[in-house]
Amino acid sequence: MKGVKVDRNLILRVADNAKLSLTDKEIDEFLPQLKEVLEFFSSIDEVDTKGIEPSTQPVEIRNVLREDVVKPSLSQDDALANTEHKKDGYFKGPRAV
Amino acid sequence: MIKEFTEKIKSREIDVVQHTRKVLNEIKTLNKEYNYFNTISEELALEQAEKLRSNPKGRLAGVPISVKDCIVVKGVESTAGSRILKGYNPVFNATAVARCIDEGAIIIGKTSQDEFGFGGFSTNVGLDYKVPLNPFDKERATGGSSGGSGGISQKASFPHVSLGESTGGSIVNPASFCGVFGLCPTYGRVSRYGLMDYANSLDKIGPMSKSIEDAALVLEIISGSTSRESTSLNKPVENYSSFAGKGVKGMKIGVIKDAFAEGLDDAVRKKVWDGIKKLESEGAKYEEVSLPLTIKYGLSVYYIIATSEASTNLAKYCGMRYGKHEKLEGSFNEYFTKVRSKHFGKEAKRRIILGTFARMAGFRDAYYIKAMKVRTRIINEYKSLFKKYDLLVSPTVAILPPRFDEINKLSLLQNYMVDTLTVGPNLAGLPHLNVPVGFEKKGGKQLPVGMMLIGDHLQEAKLIQAGSVFGR
Repeated sequence: MKGVKVDRNLILRVADNAKLSLTDKEIDEFLPQLKEVLEFFSSIDEVDTKGIEPSTQPVEIRNVLREDVVKPSLSQDDALANTEHKKDGYFKGPRAV
Repeated sequence: MIKEFTEKIKSREIDVVQHTRKVLNEIKTLNKEYNYFNTISEELALEQAEKLRSNPKGRLAGVPISVKDCIVVKGVESTAGSRILKGYNPVFNATAVARCIDEGAIIIGKTSQDEFGFGGFSTNVGLDYKVPLNPFDKERATGGSSGGSGGISQKASFPHVSLGESTGGSIVNPASFCGVFGLCPTYGRVSRYGLMDYANSLDKIGPMSKSIEDAALVLEIISGSTSRESTSLNKPVENYSSFAGKGVKGMKIGVIKDAFAEGLDDAVRKKVWDGIKKLESEGAKYEEVSLPLTIKYGLSVYYIIATSEASTNLAKYCGMRYGKHEKLEGSFNEYFTKVRSKHFGKEAKRRIILGTFARMAGFRDAYYIKAMKVRTRIINEYKSLFKKYDLLVSPTVAILPPRFDEINKLSLLQNYMVDTLTVGPNLAGLPHLNVPVGFEKKGGKQLPVGMMLIGDHLQEAKLIQAGSVFGR
Protein backbone atom coordinates (compact mmCIF):
# COMPACT_ATOMS: atom_id res chain seq x y z
CA MET A 1 0.00 0.00 0.00
CA LYS A 2 2.00 2.92 -1.30
CA GLY A 3 1.55 6.30 0.30
CA VAL A 4 0.94 5.18 3.89
CA LYS A 5 2.45 7.76 6.19
CA VAL A 6 4.42 5.82 8.77
CA ASP A 7 5.11 8.34 11.50
CA ARG A 8 5.27 8.66 15.26
CA ASN A 9 1.52 9.13 15.56
CA LEU A 10 0.73 5.99 13.60
CA ILE A 11 3.11 3.92 15.74
CA LEU A 12 1.60 5.29 18.93
CA ARG A 13 -1.90 4.46 17.68
CA VAL A 14 -0.90 0.92 16.72
CA ALA A 15 0.96 0.41 20.01
CA ASP A 16 -2.09 1.55 21.96
CA ASN A 17 -4.25 -1.01 20.13
CA ALA A 18 -1.65 -3.69 20.88
CA LYS A 19 -1.48 -2.76 24.58
CA LEU A 20 2.16 -1.77 24.39
CA SER A 21 3.71 1.36 25.81
CA LEU A 22 6.85 2.17 23.84
CA THR A 23 9.67 4.34 25.19
CA ASP A 24 10.91 7.27 23.10
CA LYS A 25 14.06 5.29 22.46
CA GLU A 26 12.05 2.35 21.12
CA ILE A 27 9.98 4.60 18.87
CA ASP A 28 13.12 6.27 17.48
CA GLU A 29 14.57 2.86 16.74
CA PHE A 30 11.41 1.26 15.32
CA LEU A 31 10.22 4.12 13.11
CA PRO A 32 12.85 3.90 10.32
CA GLN A 33 12.82 0.09 10.54
CA LEU A 34 9.07 -0.17 10.10
CA LYS A 35 9.20 2.34 7.25
CA GLU A 36 11.79 0.20 5.48
CA VAL A 37 9.98 -3.13 5.85
CA LEU A 38 6.50 -1.74 5.11
CA GLU A 39 7.79 -0.20 1.91
CA PHE A 40 9.27 -3.57 0.99
CA PHE A 41 6.00 -5.38 1.84
CA SER A 42 4.09 -2.96 -0.40
CA SER A 43 5.61 -4.69 -3.43
CA ILE A 44 2.78 -7.25 -3.20
CA ASP A 45 0.52 -4.47 -4.51
CA GLU A 46 1.71 -5.29 -8.01
CA VAL A 47 0.64 -8.97 -7.91
CA ASP A 48 -2.56 -9.65 -9.85
CA THR A 49 -4.99 -11.28 -7.42
CA LYS A 50 -8.21 -10.61 -9.31
CA GLY A 51 -10.64 -13.44 -8.62
CA ILE A 52 -8.17 -15.17 -6.27
CA GLU A 53 -9.49 -16.38 -2.89
CA PRO A 54 -7.38 -15.67 0.22
CA SER A 55 -5.86 -18.83 1.73
CA THR A 56 -6.38 -18.77 5.46
CA GLN A 57 -4.65 -22.18 5.68
CA PRO A 58 -2.06 -23.74 3.38
CA VAL A 59 -3.92 -27.03 3.00
CA GLU A 60 -7.63 -27.71 2.64
CA ILE A 61 -9.20 -28.19 6.03
CA ARG A 62 -12.78 -29.23 6.57
CA ASN A 63 -14.99 -28.34 9.46
CA VAL A 64 -14.35 -30.72 12.31
CA LEU A 65 -17.43 -31.22 14.45
CA ARG A 66 -18.11 -33.38 17.48
CA GLU A 67 -21.15 -34.33 19.52
CA ASP A 68 -22.11 -31.58 21.95
CA VAL A 69 -21.52 -33.63 25.08
CA VAL A 70 -19.56 -32.75 28.18
CA LYS A 71 -16.20 -34.48 28.49
CA PRO A 72 -13.56 -34.17 31.19
CA SER A 73 -11.23 -31.25 30.51
CA LEU A 74 -8.87 -28.98 32.43
CA SER A 75 -9.83 -29.00 36.11
CA GLN A 76 -10.39 -25.73 37.92
CA ASP A 77 -7.28 -26.34 40.03
CA ASP A 78 -5.16 -26.96 36.93
CA ALA A 79 -6.58 -23.89 35.20
CA LEU A 80 -5.58 -21.76 38.18
CA ALA A 81 -2.26 -23.50 38.82
CA ASN A 82 -0.16 -20.87 37.05
CA THR A 83 -1.74 -17.63 38.21
CA GLU A 84 -0.63 -15.45 41.08
CA HIS A 85 -3.92 -13.61 41.12
CA LYS A 86 -6.88 -15.76 42.16
CA LYS A 87 -9.72 -15.66 44.61
CA ASP A 88 -12.43 -18.18 45.54
CA GLY A 89 -11.64 -20.42 42.58
CA TYR A 90 -11.60 -17.57 40.05
CA PHE A 91 -8.92 -15.54 38.30
CA LYS A 92 -8.62 -12.14 39.90
CA GLY A 93 -8.14 -9.47 37.25
CA PRO A 94 -7.46 -5.75 37.24
CA ARG A 95 -10.25 -3.21 37.53
CA ALA A 96 -12.49 -3.24 34.43
CA VAL A 97 -14.30 0.05 35.02
CA MET B 1 21.20 -45.58 15.56
CA ILE B 2 18.02 -45.44 17.68
CA LYS B 3 16.96 -48.94 16.61
CA GLU B 4 20.21 -50.53 17.81
CA PHE B 5 20.22 -48.42 20.97
CA THR B 6 16.67 -49.33 22.03
CA GLU B 7 17.49 -53.02 21.57
CA LYS B 8 20.38 -52.63 24.00
CA ILE B 9 18.10 -50.83 26.46
CA LYS B 10 15.51 -53.59 26.20
CA SER B 11 18.09 -56.36 26.60
CA ARG B 12 19.51 -54.34 29.53
CA GLU B 13 22.94 -54.31 27.91
CA ILE B 14 22.74 -50.56 28.55
CA ASP B 15 21.33 -49.46 31.90
CA VAL B 16 18.85 -46.72 31.11
CA VAL B 17 19.33 -44.83 34.40
CA GLN B 18 23.11 -44.78 34.11
CA HIS B 19 22.86 -43.76 30.48
CA THR B 20 20.43 -40.96 31.29
CA ARG B 21 22.74 -39.67 34.05
CA LYS B 22 25.63 -39.64 31.61
CA VAL B 23 23.53 -37.73 29.05
CA LEU B 24 22.43 -35.17 31.67
CA ASN B 25 26.04 -34.58 32.71
CA GLU B 26 27.07 -34.14 29.10
CA ILE B 27 24.35 -31.61 28.29
CA LYS B 28 24.96 -29.67 31.51
CA THR B 29 28.62 -29.28 30.57
CA LEU B 30 27.76 -28.39 26.97
CA ASN B 31 25.18 -25.89 28.09
CA LYS B 32 27.70 -23.86 30.08
CA GLU B 33 29.63 -23.33 26.88
CA TYR B 34 26.95 -23.24 24.15
CA ASN B 35 23.54 -22.28 25.72
CA TYR B 36 21.44 -24.90 23.95
CA PHE B 37 18.94 -25.37 26.80
CA ASN B 38 16.67 -22.91 28.58
CA THR B 39 15.80 -25.68 31.05
CA ILE B 40 17.34 -29.10 31.64
CA SER B 41 14.62 -31.41 32.97
CA GLU B 42 16.84 -33.57 35.16
CA GLU B 43 14.18 -34.66 37.61
CA LEU B 44 11.69 -35.70 34.92
CA ALA B 45 14.38 -37.49 32.88
CA LEU B 46 15.57 -39.56 35.84
CA GLU B 47 12.02 -40.35 36.87
CA GLN B 48 11.25 -41.57 33.32
CA ALA B 49 14.48 -43.60 33.26
CA GLU B 50 13.71 -45.29 36.61
CA LYS B 51 10.26 -46.23 35.35
CA LEU B 52 11.71 -47.61 32.15
CA ARG B 53 14.35 -49.66 33.96
CA SER B 54 11.71 -51.92 35.45
CA ASN B 55 9.78 -52.19 32.19
CA PRO B 56 11.84 -51.18 29.15
CA LYS B 57 9.56 -50.88 26.12
CA GLY B 58 8.66 -48.65 23.20
CA ARG B 59 10.19 -47.61 19.91
CA LEU B 60 12.07 -44.82 21.72
CA ALA B 61 12.96 -46.80 24.86
CA GLY B 62 15.52 -44.74 26.76
CA VAL B 63 16.18 -42.34 23.85
CA PRO B 64 16.99 -38.79 25.00
CA ILE B 65 14.69 -36.28 23.29
CA SER B 66 15.05 -32.51 23.62
CA VAL B 67 12.09 -30.23 23.01
CA LYS B 68 12.02 -26.66 21.69
CA ASP B 69 10.96 -24.35 24.48
CA CYS B 70 7.69 -23.37 22.73
CA ILE B 71 6.36 -26.96 22.91
CA VAL B 72 4.93 -27.69 26.34
CA VAL B 73 6.17 -30.43 28.64
CA LYS B 74 4.11 -31.15 31.75
CA GLY B 75 5.78 -29.89 34.90
CA VAL B 76 8.81 -28.43 33.09
CA GLU B 77 9.08 -24.66 32.73
CA SER B 78 8.09 -23.81 29.15
CA THR B 79 8.50 -20.22 28.02
CA ALA B 80 9.00 -20.12 24.21
CA GLY B 81 12.16 -18.24 25.17
CA SER B 82 10.20 -15.28 26.51
CA ARG B 83 10.44 -13.61 29.89
CA ILE B 84 6.69 -12.99 29.79
CA LEU B 85 6.23 -16.76 30.33
CA LYS B 86 8.93 -17.12 32.98
CA GLY B 87 7.67 -19.46 35.69
CA TYR B 88 5.00 -21.11 33.53
CA ASN B 89 4.72 -24.79 34.42
CA PRO B 90 2.38 -26.53 31.96
CA VAL B 91 -0.22 -28.89 33.42
CA PHE B 92 -0.27 -31.07 30.29
CA ASN B 93 2.02 -32.43 27.56
CA ALA B 94 1.90 -31.37 23.92
CA THR B 95 0.60 -34.26 21.77
CA ALA B 96 3.99 -34.66 20.06
CA VAL B 97 5.71 -34.88 23.46
CA ALA B 98 3.11 -37.29 24.88
CA ARG B 99 3.53 -39.59 21.88
CA CYS B 100 7.31 -39.71 22.36
CA ILE B 101 6.90 -40.43 26.08
CA ASP B 102 4.41 -43.21 25.31
CA GLU B 103 7.16 -44.83 23.22
CA GLY B 104 9.66 -44.69 26.09
CA ALA B 105 11.46 -41.42 25.30
CA ILE B 106 13.40 -39.56 28.00
CA ILE B 107 12.71 -35.81 27.89
CA ILE B 108 16.00 -34.09 28.69
CA GLY B 109 15.11 -30.41 28.40
CA LYS B 110 13.74 -27.36 26.65
CA THR B 111 15.94 -25.93 23.91
CA SER B 112 16.78 -22.27 23.37
CA GLN B 113 15.18 -20.25 20.58
CA ASP B 114 14.37 -16.78 19.32
CA GLU B 115 11.57 -15.42 21.51
CA PHE B 116 8.34 -17.08 20.25
CA GLY B 117 10.26 -18.06 17.09
CA PHE B 118 10.86 -14.47 15.97
CA GLY B 119 14.17 -14.78 14.18
CA GLY B 120 16.46 -16.60 11.79
CA PHE B 121 19.62 -16.56 13.91
CA SER B 122 18.49 -17.32 17.49
CA THR B 123 19.89 -13.93 18.46
CA ASN B 124 16.41 -12.53 19.24
CA VAL B 125 16.17 -14.46 22.50
CA GLY B 126 13.87 -13.08 25.20
CA LEU B 127 14.99 -10.75 27.98
CA ASP B 128 17.41 -12.51 30.41
CA TYR B 129 18.01 -15.44 27.99
CA LYS B 130 21.33 -16.50 26.50
CA VAL B 131 22.05 -16.79 22.77
CA PRO B 132 23.04 -20.32 21.59
CA LEU B 133 26.42 -20.57 19.85
CA ASN B 134 27.23 -22.41 16.63
CA PRO B 135 28.67 -25.89 17.33
CA PHE B 136 31.47 -25.34 14.77
CA ASP B 137 32.45 -21.77 15.69
CA LYS B 138 31.30 -20.06 18.87
CA GLU B 139 31.53 -16.64 17.23
CA ARG B 140 28.78 -17.61 14.81
CA ALA B 141 25.01 -18.13 15.03
CA THR B 142 23.22 -21.48 15.19
CA GLY B 143 20.50 -20.17 12.91
CA GLY B 144 16.96 -19.91 14.13
CA SER B 145 14.58 -20.05 15.50
CA SER B 146 15.12 -23.67 16.66
CA GLY B 147 18.79 -22.84 17.37
CA GLY B 148 19.19 -24.82 20.58
CA SER B 149 17.66 -27.88 18.91
CA GLY B 150 20.10 -27.58 15.99
CA GLY B 151 23.12 -27.12 18.24
CA ILE B 152 22.41 -29.99 20.60
CA SER B 153 21.54 -32.29 17.70
CA GLN B 154 25.02 -31.68 16.28
CA LYS B 155 26.90 -31.88 19.59
CA ALA B 156 25.14 -34.84 21.25
CA SER B 157 27.43 -37.89 21.47
CA PHE B 158 24.39 -40.06 22.25
CA PRO B 159 21.37 -41.16 20.14
CA HIS B 160 19.14 -38.11 20.13
CA VAL B 161 16.36 -36.33 18.27
CA SER B 162 15.10 -32.84 19.02
CA LEU B 163 11.53 -31.69 18.48
CA GLY B 164 11.88 -28.39 16.63
CA GLU B 165 9.23 -26.05 15.28
CA SER B 166 9.01 -24.07 12.07
CA THR B 167 6.85 -21.12 11.06
CA GLY B 168 8.93 -19.68 8.18
CA GLY B 169 12.02 -21.89 8.14
CA SER B 170 12.89 -22.41 11.79
CA ILE B 171 13.67 -26.13 11.41
CA VAL B 172 15.72 -26.23 8.20
CA ASN B 173 17.58 -22.97 8.81
CA PRO B 174 19.25 -23.99 12.12
CA ALA B 175 19.66 -27.54 10.78
CA SER B 176 21.64 -26.03 7.89
CA PHE B 177 23.81 -23.81 10.12
CA CYS B 178 24.44 -26.69 12.56
CA GLY B 179 25.02 -29.40 9.93
CA VAL B 180 22.17 -31.77 10.83
CA PHE B 181 18.98 -33.08 9.22
CA GLY B 182 15.85 -31.05 9.96
CA LEU B 183 12.50 -32.31 8.72
CA CYS B 184 9.59 -29.90 8.65
CA PRO B 185 6.44 -31.89 7.82
CA THR B 186 3.31 -30.93 5.91
CA TYR B 187 1.15 -28.39 7.74
CA GLY B 188 -1.20 -30.41 9.97
CA ARG B 189 0.78 -33.67 9.73
CA VAL B 190 1.80 -33.28 13.39
CA SER B 191 -0.74 -31.94 15.86
CA ARG B 192 -0.03 -28.46 17.20
CA TYR B 193 -1.80 -29.23 20.48
CA GLY B 194 0.52 -27.92 23.18
CA LEU B 195 2.53 -25.74 20.83
CA MET B 196 2.55 -22.07 21.79
CA ASP B 197 1.34 -20.38 18.63
CA TYR B 198 3.53 -18.02 16.70
CA ALA B 199 1.37 -18.00 13.54
CA ASN B 200 -1.18 -20.78 13.64
CA SER B 201 -1.69 -21.12 9.88
CA LEU B 202 2.05 -21.69 9.48
CA ASP B 203 3.38 -23.45 12.61
CA LYS B 204 4.65 -27.04 12.33
CA ILE B 205 6.46 -29.33 14.77
CA GLY B 206 9.19 -31.54 13.27
CA PRO B 207 12.29 -33.59 14.18
CA MET B 208 15.95 -32.55 13.95
CA SER B 209 18.79 -35.05 14.22
CA LYS B 210 22.20 -36.12 12.96
CA SER B 211 20.47 -39.23 11.61
CA ILE B 212 17.78 -39.01 8.92
CA GLU B 213 16.51 -42.45 9.87
CA ASP B 214 16.09 -41.41 13.51
CA ALA B 215 14.34 -38.18 12.50
CA ALA B 216 12.02 -40.24 10.28
CA LEU B 217 11.24 -42.63 13.14
CA VAL B 218 10.28 -39.75 15.42
CA LEU B 219 8.15 -38.19 12.67
CA GLU B 220 6.32 -41.49 12.30
CA ILE B 221 5.62 -41.49 16.05
CA ILE B 222 4.45 -37.87 16.40
CA SER B 223 2.34 -37.72 13.21
CA GLY B 224 -1.41 -38.21 13.02
CA SER B 225 -4.54 -36.34 13.97
CA THR B 226 -6.01 -35.70 17.39
CA SER B 227 -9.49 -34.65 18.35
CA ARG B 228 -7.85 -31.88 20.40
CA GLU B 229 -6.55 -30.02 17.35
CA SER B 230 -8.90 -29.44 14.44
CA THR B 231 -6.21 -28.56 11.89
CA SER B 232 -4.31 -31.82 12.40
CA LEU B 233 -4.75 -33.91 9.25
CA ASN B 234 -6.74 -37.11 9.45
CA LYS B 235 -4.59 -38.96 6.92
CA PRO B 236 -2.81 -42.32 7.32
CA VAL B 237 0.73 -42.17 8.72
CA GLU B 238 3.38 -44.04 6.75
CA ASN B 239 6.30 -45.97 8.26
CA TYR B 240 8.61 -43.09 7.42
CA SER B 241 11.76 -44.70 8.79
CA SER B 242 11.42 -47.61 6.34
CA PHE B 243 12.02 -45.18 3.45
CA ALA B 244 15.58 -44.37 4.58
CA GLY B 245 17.93 -46.13 2.18
CA LYS B 246 15.35 -46.78 -0.53
CA GLY B 247 17.19 -44.56 -2.98
CA VAL B 248 16.08 -42.04 -5.60
CA LYS B 249 16.17 -44.08 -8.80
CA GLY B 250 13.73 -42.60 -11.32
CA MET B 251 12.86 -39.57 -9.20
CA LYS B 252 12.33 -36.30 -11.02
CA ILE B 253 13.86 -33.31 -9.31
CA GLY B 254 13.27 -29.63 -10.11
CA VAL B 255 16.18 -27.34 -9.30
CA ILE B 256 14.79 -23.92 -8.35
CA LYS B 257 17.03 -21.74 -10.50
CA ASP B 258 15.77 -18.43 -9.03
CA ALA B 259 17.33 -19.53 -5.73
CA PHE B 260 20.80 -19.63 -7.26
CA ALA B 261 20.74 -15.96 -8.22
CA GLU B 262 22.86 -13.06 -7.02
CA GLY B 263 23.58 -12.94 -3.30
CA LEU B 264 24.21 -16.66 -2.99
CA ASP B 265 27.52 -17.50 -1.35
CA ASP B 266 29.82 -19.24 -3.86
CA ALA B 267 30.66 -22.04 -1.45
CA VAL B 268 26.96 -22.68 -0.81
CA ARG B 269 26.29 -22.74 -4.56
CA LYS B 270 29.08 -25.25 -5.17
CA LYS B 271 28.19 -27.62 -2.32
CA VAL B 272 24.49 -27.63 -3.20
CA TRP B 273 25.28 -28.41 -6.83
CA ASP B 274 27.53 -31.22 -5.61
CA GLY B 275 24.48 -32.49 -3.72
CA ILE B 276 22.28 -32.32 -6.82
CA LYS B 277 24.94 -34.21 -8.84
CA LYS B 278 25.04 -36.84 -6.12
CA LEU B 279 21.26 -37.37 -6.45
CA GLU B 280 21.78 -37.63 -10.22
CA SER B 281 24.52 -40.23 -9.77
CA GLU B 282 22.07 -42.25 -7.66
CA GLY B 283 19.58 -42.36 -10.52
CA ALA B 284 17.48 -39.20 -10.13
CA LYS B 285 16.92 -36.88 -13.07
CA TYR B 286 16.95 -33.13 -12.68
CA GLU B 287 15.82 -30.07 -14.62
CA GLU B 288 15.92 -26.39 -13.79
CA VAL B 289 12.58 -24.87 -12.85
CA SER B 290 11.38 -21.43 -11.82
CA LEU B 291 9.23 -20.10 -8.95
CA PRO B 292 9.22 -16.40 -9.85
CA LEU B 293 6.29 -15.31 -7.71
CA THR B 294 7.42 -17.24 -4.63
CA ILE B 295 10.99 -15.98 -4.71
CA LYS B 296 10.01 -12.36 -5.40
CA TYR B 297 7.03 -11.95 -3.06
CA GLY B 298 7.26 -14.84 -0.59
CA LEU B 299 9.15 -12.89 2.05
CA SER B 300 6.65 -10.00 2.12
CA VAL B 301 3.67 -12.35 2.15
CA TYR B 302 5.22 -14.38 4.93
CA TYR B 303 6.01 -11.44 7.19
CA ILE B 304 2.58 -9.88 6.74
CA ILE B 305 0.70 -13.11 7.51
CA ALA B 306 3.04 -14.27 10.27
CA THR B 307 3.10 -10.97 12.16
CA SER B 308 -0.66 -10.53 11.76
CA GLU B 309 -1.31 -13.90 13.33
CA ALA B 310 1.41 -13.40 15.95
CA SER B 311 -0.05 -10.11 17.09
CA THR B 312 -3.36 -11.80 17.91
CA ASN B 313 -1.76 -14.93 19.38
CA LEU B 314 0.37 -12.86 21.73
CA ALA B 315 -2.64 -10.96 23.04
CA LYS B 316 -3.14 -13.65 25.68
CA TYR B 317 0.12 -12.80 27.43
CA CYS B 318 -1.00 -10.12 29.83
CA GLY B 319 -0.05 -11.22 33.35
CA MET B 320 -3.34 -12.89 34.20
CA ARG B 321 -3.24 -16.66 33.83
CA TYR B 322 0.40 -17.70 33.54
CA GLY B 323 3.95 -16.45 33.31
CA LYS B 324 5.03 -13.08 34.66
CA HIS B 325 2.62 -11.23 36.90
CA GLU B 326 2.82 -7.74 38.33
CA LYS B 327 1.09 -6.16 41.28
CA LEU B 328 -2.61 -5.80 40.40
CA GLU B 329 -3.17 -2.07 40.19
CA GLY B 330 -4.73 0.38 37.77
CA SER B 331 -7.32 -0.38 35.11
CA PHE B 332 -7.07 -3.53 32.97
CA ASN B 333 -5.65 -1.43 30.14
CA GLU B 334 -2.91 -0.04 32.37
CA TYR B 335 -2.15 -3.43 33.94
CA PHE B 336 -1.95 -5.39 30.66
CA THR B 337 0.13 -2.66 29.03
CA LYS B 338 2.52 -2.61 32.00
CA VAL B 339 3.10 -6.39 31.95
CA ARG B 340 3.50 -6.59 28.17
CA SER B 341 5.78 -3.57 27.83
CA LYS B 342 8.03 -4.76 30.63
CA HIS B 343 8.48 -8.43 29.66
CA PHE B 344 8.27 -8.75 25.86
CA GLY B 345 11.63 -8.44 24.10
CA LYS B 346 12.35 -5.96 21.34
CA GLU B 347 11.62 -8.17 18.32
CA ALA B 348 8.36 -9.39 19.86
CA LYS B 349 7.27 -5.76 20.25
CA ARG B 350 8.27 -4.96 16.67
CA ARG B 351 6.33 -7.91 15.27
CA ILE B 352 3.27 -7.12 17.39
CA ILE B 353 3.35 -3.56 16.03
CA LEU B 354 3.76 -4.76 12.42
CA GLY B 355 1.00 -7.36 12.71
CA THR B 356 -1.43 -5.09 14.53
CA PHE B 357 -0.89 -2.47 11.83
CA ALA B 358 -1.46 -4.98 9.00
CA ARG B 359 -4.82 -5.97 10.50
CA MET B 360 -6.09 -2.48 11.40
CA ALA B 361 -9.11 -0.94 9.72
CA GLY B 362 -7.95 0.87 6.61
CA PHE B 363 -4.87 -1.29 6.11
CA ARG B 364 -6.30 -4.80 6.45
CA ASP B 365 -7.35 -5.26 2.80
CA ALA B 366 -4.10 -3.90 1.41
CA TYR B 367 -1.84 -5.99 3.62
CA TYR B 368 -3.37 -8.97 5.42
CA ILE B 369 -6.08 -9.98 2.92
CA LYS B 370 -3.88 -9.18 -0.07
CA ALA B 371 -1.05 -11.28 1.38
CA MET B 372 -3.39 -14.26 1.82
CA LYS B 373 -4.46 -13.93 -1.82
CA VAL B 374 -0.86 -13.87 -2.99
CA ARG B 375 -0.29 -16.93 -0.80
CA THR B 376 -2.96 -18.75 -2.83
CA ARG B 377 -1.01 -17.96 -5.99
CA ILE B 378 2.23 -19.13 -4.37
CA ILE B 379 0.59 -22.43 -3.41
CA ASN B 380 -0.64 -22.81 -7.01
CA GLU B 381 2.85 -22.10 -8.33
CA TYR B 382 4.27 -24.98 -6.30
CA LYS B 383 1.35 -27.29 -7.07
CA SER B 384 1.83 -26.92 -10.82
CA LEU B 385 5.50 -27.96 -10.47
CA PHE B 386 4.58 -31.01 -8.39
CA LYS B 387 2.50 -32.30 -11.30
CA LYS B 388 5.81 -32.95 -13.01
CA TYR B 389 8.43 -33.31 -10.24
CA ASP B 390 8.78 -35.49 -7.15
CA LEU B 391 10.98 -33.02 -5.30
CA LEU B 392 12.27 -29.48 -5.62
CA VAL B 393 15.70 -28.44 -4.46
CA SER B 394 17.49 -25.22 -3.53
CA PRO B 395 20.06 -24.07 -0.99
CA THR B 396 18.48 -23.88 2.49
CA VAL B 397 20.05 -20.52 3.34
CA ALA B 398 22.01 -18.38 0.87
CA ILE B 399 24.89 -17.75 3.28
CA LEU B 400 27.24 -19.64 5.59
CA PRO B 401 26.49 -19.25 9.33
CA PRO B 402 27.32 -15.57 9.99
CA ARG B 403 29.35 -14.13 12.88
CA PHE B 404 27.45 -12.28 15.59
CA ASP B 405 29.23 -9.01 14.75
CA GLU B 406 28.02 -9.39 11.14
CA ILE B 407 24.44 -10.01 12.29
CA ASN B 408 24.55 -6.89 14.48
CA LYS B 409 25.28 -4.76 11.42
CA LEU B 410 22.24 -5.99 9.46
CA SER B 411 19.22 -3.73 8.97
CA LEU B 412 15.86 -5.15 10.05
CA LEU B 413 14.97 -5.97 6.43
CA GLN B 414 18.35 -7.65 5.80
CA ASN B 415 17.78 -9.63 8.98
CA TYR B 416 14.40 -10.83 7.71
CA MET B 417 15.96 -11.75 4.34
CA VAL B 418 17.77 -14.75 5.84
CA ASP B 419 14.36 -16.47 5.43
CA THR B 420 14.11 -15.74 1.69
CA LEU B 421 14.51 -19.36 0.51
CA THR B 422 12.63 -21.04 3.36
CA VAL B 423 9.41 -19.01 3.53
CA GLY B 424 8.04 -20.53 0.28
CA PRO B 425 7.46 -24.12 1.42
CA ASN B 426 6.29 -22.82 4.80
CA LEU B 427 3.66 -20.55 3.25
CA ALA B 428 2.46 -23.42 1.08
CA GLY B 429 2.50 -25.92 3.98
CA LEU B 430 4.86 -28.21 2.04
CA PRO B 431 7.16 -30.69 3.78
CA HIS B 432 10.84 -29.78 3.48
CA LEU B 433 14.12 -31.23 4.66
CA ASN B 434 17.57 -29.81 5.29
CA VAL B 435 20.31 -32.14 4.13
CA PRO B 436 23.90 -31.43 5.22
CA VAL B 437 25.90 -31.49 1.96
CA GLY B 438 29.40 -30.53 3.03
CA PHE B 439 31.64 -28.07 4.76
CA GLU B 440 33.47 -24.91 3.76
CA LYS B 441 36.55 -23.72 5.60
CA LYS B 442 36.32 -20.12 6.76
CA GLY B 443 38.45 -18.34 9.33
CA GLY B 444 40.12 -21.65 10.19
CA LYS B 445 36.79 -23.33 10.99
CA GLN B 446 34.78 -25.84 8.99
CA LEU B 447 31.25 -24.47 8.45
CA PRO B 448 28.34 -26.63 7.30
CA VAL B 449 26.29 -26.09 4.14
CA GLY B 450 22.68 -27.23 3.81
CA MET B 451 20.56 -28.19 0.82
CA MET B 452 16.77 -27.97 1.05
CA LEU B 453 14.52 -30.60 -0.51
CA ILE B 454 10.82 -29.75 -0.84
CA GLY B 455 8.05 -32.30 -1.40
CA ASP B 456 4.37 -32.09 -2.28
CA HIS B 457 1.85 -32.22 0.59
CA LEU B 458 2.17 -35.46 2.60
CA GLN B 459 5.15 -36.67 0.52
CA GLU B 460 7.51 -36.82 3.52
CA ALA B 461 8.59 -40.34 2.47
CA LYS B 462 10.23 -39.04 -0.71
CA LEU B 463 12.20 -36.47 1.30
CA ILE B 464 13.48 -39.25 3.55
CA GLN B 465 14.44 -41.41 0.55
CA ALA B 466 16.42 -38.57 -1.01
CA GLY B 467 17.88 -37.35 2.29
CA SER B 468 19.22 -40.78 3.19
CA VAL B 469 21.39 -40.77 0.04
CA PHE B 470 23.60 -38.44 2.08
CA GLY B 471 24.04 -40.81 5.01
CA ARG B 472 21.51 -42.36 7.32
